[in-house]
Formats: sequence, C-alpha cells, structure tokens
Amino acid sequence: MITLPLIPLLPLLAAGATALMPRGRRGPAAGAAIFAQAASTLLALAAFAGTLGGGHDGPACLNFEWIATGGGTLRLGMLIDPLSAGMALMVSFVSLLIFVYSLGYMKDDANFARFFCFLSLFSGAMLGVVLSNSLLLTFACWELVGLASYLLIGFWFHKPEAAAAAKKAFLTTRVGDMGFLIGMLWLYASTGTLLFYDGGNGCLEASAVSALAAQTVGFGLAASNVIALLIFCGAAGKSGQFPLHVWLPDAMEGPTPVSALIHAATMVAAGVYLVARVFPIFAATGVTTGALVVVAWIGAGTALMAALIAVAQTDIKRILAYSTVSQLGFMMLALGVGSVPAAMAHLIAHAFFKALLFLGAGSVIHGVGDEQDVRKMGGLRKYQPVTFLTYAVGMMALSGVPFFFSGFWSKDEILHLAHGWPVSHVPFFLAGAAAFLTAFYMTRQMCFVFAGSYRGGVHPHESPGVMTLPLVVLALFAVGMSIPLTPAWPWLHGYHAGHAPELDLARLVDHGFLTIAGLSVLLAGSGIAAGYWLYRKFSPTDPLERAWAGGFRVLAGRFFIDELYAATIIRAFGFLGRAAAAIDRIISAVTMGAAGILARAFSALADFFDRMGVNLGFDSLCGGLKDGGDLFSSWQSGRVQSYLRILAAGTVVLLFFVGWLLS
Amino acid sequence: MNLQIFLAISAVLFATGLAAVLSRANAILVLIGIELMLGAANLNFVAFWKFSPSPSDLTGVMFALFSIAVAAAEVAVGLAIIILVHRRMNTVDVDDADELKG
Repeated sequence: MITLPLIPLLPLLAAGATALMPRGRRGPAAGAAIFAQAASTLLALAAFAGTLGGGHDGPACLNFEWIATGGGTLRLGMLIDPLSAGMALMVSFVSLLIFVYSLGYMKDDANFARFFCFLSLFSGAMLGVVLSNSLLLTFACWELVGLASYLLIGFWFHKPEAAAAAKKAFLTTRVGDMGFLIGMLWLYASTGTLLFYDGGNGCLEASAVSALAAQTVGFGLAASNVIALLIFCGAAGKSGQFPLHVWLPDAMEGPTPVSALIHAATMVAAGVYLVARVFPIFAATGVTTGALVVVAWIGAGTALMAALIAVAQTDIKRILAYSTVSQLGFMMLALGVGSVPAAMAHLIAHAFFKALLFLGAGSVIHGVGDEQDVRKMGGLRKYQPVTFLTYAVGMMALSGVPFFFSGFWSKDEILHLAHGWPVSHVPFFLAGAAAFLTAFYMTRQMCFVFAGSYRGGVHPHESPGVMTLPLVVLALFAVGMSIPLTPAWPWLHGYHAGHAPELDLARLVDHGFLTIAGLSVLLAGSGIAAGYWLYRKFSPTDPLERAWAGGFRVLAGRFFIDELYAATIIRAFGFLGRAAAAIDRIISAVTMGAAGILARAFSALADFFDRMGVNLGFDSLCGGLKDGGDLFSSWQSGRVQSYLRILAAGTVVLLFFVGWLLS
Repeated sequence: MNLQIFLAISAVLFATGLAAVLSRANAILVLIGIELMLGAANLNFVAFWKFSPSPSDLTGVMFALFSIAVAAAEVAVGLAIIILVHRRMNTVDVDDADELKG
C-alpha cells in the first residue's frame, strides 16, 4: 500500500534524471528508463496480486492533504482496486515491452536519450492517471500525458507535418479538457470534495452521488448528468471520439513505438478508463438515461465512422489509427450500455493486440526502409516471418476470429450487451457493421502488406531480436487473454466486479449467447472473406474505388471532417483573431497617439525649462568665473623682470610710507 | 672716513645692480646685477660692523662671509638653470622664458 505512489514516481524520477544527464548518454538514459519501468511493473504486479483476493469493501486509499485554504482543504490521494490495479499492470507491462522495442527501433536516432526521457515521463503520468484517487490529481496527470503525447508526436519536430500534428493533438484534446475542467469545478462546488473514495465522503460514494442525482439544473437534467457529460468531453477528446477524433490519425507522425504505446494501448484508453472510474456519476440517474445514452450513441457512431474511413486509407499506421478510434468507440459503447467490466475487458484485450499491431507495423516500416504506404509493400511474409506471424495473430484478434483470440470474446460481449440495451437497437447495428468492416479492412491490410510479391525499392529484412521479442510476448498475450474473457469462465469480469468467477460451461451454449456469437462469427468471417476476395490480387487502383468511386473518395477523404473544421471553426477563429487584431490596432493607435502627444508636450516644456533656467543661469555663472580667471591669469605674464619691477616699485612706496610714518 | 661714504657707495652699487636686474634682457647680466646687489649688502654689513660700539666681536665679517658663500652657491644654481633654459629654448633672454604665465 505504501509503495503505491512509487509506481508512477519511479518512471517520473527516471525521466527527471534522464533530462538532467548530458546530451547523448544513450546507455544510461535507456537503462534508467527501463530499470524504473521494470521496477514499477513489479510493484504494479504486487499491487495487482494484493487485489486478487477480492472481498474487501471498497478500494484501498492513501489520501493526503495537498493545500489547506481558508475554506477547506484540497486533498489528493491514490487508490488501488481491481479497476486501477488491472489497468496499472497492463500499462506498466505494455510500457516495459515498448521501451525494450524502442531500443531497437530508435537505435540510430540522434535524440535517443530524449526519447527515453519523454517515454518515462509519459509512463509515470499515465500510471498517475490510473492510480489517482482524486479527480484533481487525475486531471493533473491527464494533462501531463497530454504534454508527453505532444512532445512525442512532435519528436521529429523538424518534419513540418509532425510539428503540425503535435499542435493539432494538443489543441484538439484541450477542447475536450475544457469541458473536463468545468465538470470538475462543478463537481467540487456541488460535493465539496474531489476525492473518489474517502470513507463514505468521497464524490463517487453513495451520499454524494444521490445528492447529485437529486439536484436538477434545468431541461430535466440532473446535476450528475451535466457533470458526467462535461467529464465525457475530456474523455472523448483523449479517446478520439467523434467529433474530437481528428487528432488521433495525425498523431501517427510520431515514432511508431509512441503510436503503439500512447496512441493505441494506453493514453487513448485513458478516456475510457476515466468514464469507468467515475461511472457512479454517469449512472447516478440509472443506466439507461442521461449521459450514458450520449456515451453509447457517440461510441457506436464513432466505431462505425472510423471503421468506414479505415477501409479507404493507404498508410499502414493510419489504418491502425482509425481502427483504434473504432475500437475505442466499442469501449465507449460498452460503457454507455452500462457495463464497466465489458469495457475494461475490451480495453485490456485491445491494448495488447493493438500494441502488437503497431509494433508489427513499426517492424514492417523499419524493414522496408521507412515506407508507410501499403501499396508499396507486399510479399513481406517471406522476408519477415516473425513479424508476419505475430501480425497475423494481432489481425485475427482485432477482427474477432473466434475462440482463440481475445478480441473475439471482448467484442462479442459488447455486441451482446448492445443488443440487450433497452433504449434503442440502432447502436447494436452500427457496432455490428463496424465489426464487419474491422475484419474487412484488416484483411485488406494483410493482403497489401504480406501477400503477393514485394513492390518496394529497398530490400526488406527482418527486424532485430530486441524488436521481435516484444512482438512475440504481445502475441502470446493477445491469444492468452482469451482465456479469462470467455463467458464460461469470466475471470476478468469477476475480478472487476469483485467476486470470484465460477466455471460454467453451460453459459457457452446459452441461447442468447449463441445467437450473438454466431452473428459475430458470421460478421468476422464474411468481412475476412470479402477482404480476401477483393484484395487477393494486387492492383494499383483499389477494387472498391473502381466499383464505387464517389463513395471511396469520401471515405479516403475521411468524410472531409478536417476540411469541415477548417472551413467552419478554424475559419471562424481566424476571423475572430483578425477582428481582435484590428480592434487592437485601432485602440493602440488611439491610446498610443494620445500618449505620444502628451509625452512630447511634456518633454518640450521640460526642454524649455532646461534651456532657459538651468542652462542659461549656470552658463552665465561659469562664463563670469572664466572671464575673471582670464583677467587674473593675464597678469601672470611669466616675465621675471616685470614681477621684479613691481616688487621694486612696491618697496620704494613702502619705504616712503614707513619714512612718512616715522617722521 | 665716516659711515656715510660707505653707505653712499653701497647705495650706488645696489641701485646699479637693481637697474641691471630690471632692465637687461640677458639672463647672465641679470645674474651679474644680482651679484652687485649682494655686494652692496655685504658692504653694508661690514661698514655697520666697523662703526659699531663693539667691533671686536667679528659679527659683521662672519655674516658677510656666509653671505658670499651662499651667493656663490646661488650663482652655481642660477647658471645651471640658465644653461638648461638655453638648451631647451635656445635663448638666454629672460623675456622669452615666460612659460609660467597664466
């Protein structure tokens, strides 16, 4: 318990130490980062083991006072419960694998040490988000991961696209964070605490939540609903949900390990985790009303929209990025229909196989000489056998190939829950379509990259062991995670719900389950079949484009959402900025002009006084003194004889005077 | 031979020296004038001693001897100054040596 703060602090300390090292210390920087990460993984494992027993009431907290103000005290804290322990273990373990992978991937980069410094900063901040027991601490760490994300997307800042992508990511997530901040302030104003759990007084505990649900703020909305929606703004920004998803695909400009760690496995899942963490507020007025309905619709819509866009992309990392957005939509849908365990199951399963896919993509990019266009790859299964096999595992997990892959079980459960949602059946159909498309575009990508013959210029080669080892480990997890996710032995569910799971094979043949499972097998199978049939032979123009040019252009153009934002919001802000600048100029012209005239008048007055008073008086005094001096000095002729003459004459006069006195 | 004759000679001598000092341009001649004035003073010392109530004390002669010795030293210094002035300004005209004028 007391070691809990060490889990985020160790990577943060490593980041600080690396930042203070002289430039170019590659070994110590990577060593410090990996050592700290390994230590924090072990601590997280210990904390996880401590929560396995279950049965204790509520999470274990470590609260402390941060600032005492006149009105009260602001308290921060850390907590450990199944939700945070599982997440912390996943985050620290995936981070560790990606740190190791980066040793190989960033080997030739001049700023190797800086890279590890930023990675450690990210990892520490992310673990802070996960283990925080205070919305304020969550927010602080949340912004820190945003900063680390900004720094790492723009790691190759000499590339203009990378710098622009970093800025876009930072600003877009900031839009959502504004909502988060307002929601947080509102929550503090309503409940007087930001601690999640505080022995009955926390903001997520029964008394505060029921008070929030009872308070109406207009339009028939309870305070809890409005606060939940505001917090969801922040979650949507971080997790790339519509309409704030635009930054995530661009974030692929960063180095591939960053895409895997931050923009696939951990940081983007922070939004999902946040909603899961403050779920009691979302669910304060029941799971089928208020904010959760919005969450479900946005999740389902994002899942389908991103899957559609992914179909028409050609950049290997962008396809995966849209797939990430789509899968995050699935997680939000799971939350929206009221199931935290289902969302967390998909989150953790997704973290492993999506990190695997990104690292595999990195290995491919590394092997073909920094080429990211899938049309210029092909046939790589011969050249990169390990990457091919592990990538295939990741692809099947993501597509939902049945039984032996974690993605099948977790996605199937979300579909099942969406089907049972009493509010509407539409999100279920949206998610089903997204599941079909997921299988389709992943098959398309596999065909482009690994099938056929090689079409690129550089001779491809397999990546070094330090890169393929994490791939193998992640592939094992992508398969192995299927075991605790099956309905027959729903271990992860039981863990999150706080009770021991029991083995019940009868659930596998339950009628409702079989229907949905059959449907999702059908969806995945038909997606893969359609993808294979369309893309089994390479052609320079996409077969889909030939068949349906207009629609394909819209998908390839990502529904033109970026263009829409550029034409509306960005333009409006540009106009406002220019208007403000013009007003500024007018105001400054007037005030500066007036100030200038005043200053000049005053200085003219001062000048006159100076010249007439000070200069004239002083000059005449000095002139008089000088004239006097000139007069006296002219008497000093320097001629000895004239002095003597005056002396002699003076003596004679003196003699006569003395003689006159004596007589 | 009474005192008045010596005093008259001394006065003439002093006046001659003073005239030379005040009027001659050549520094050597000014120096000679000074010597004449010193000689007049020495003559006065000796004359006043000779006609004093106690001439056995030798005071006047001693004073005159000191005065001659000091005058000799003074001439040496004076001539040295004149030589340096001549070296520097290439003249011994006292009217030209007016560098101390204000």
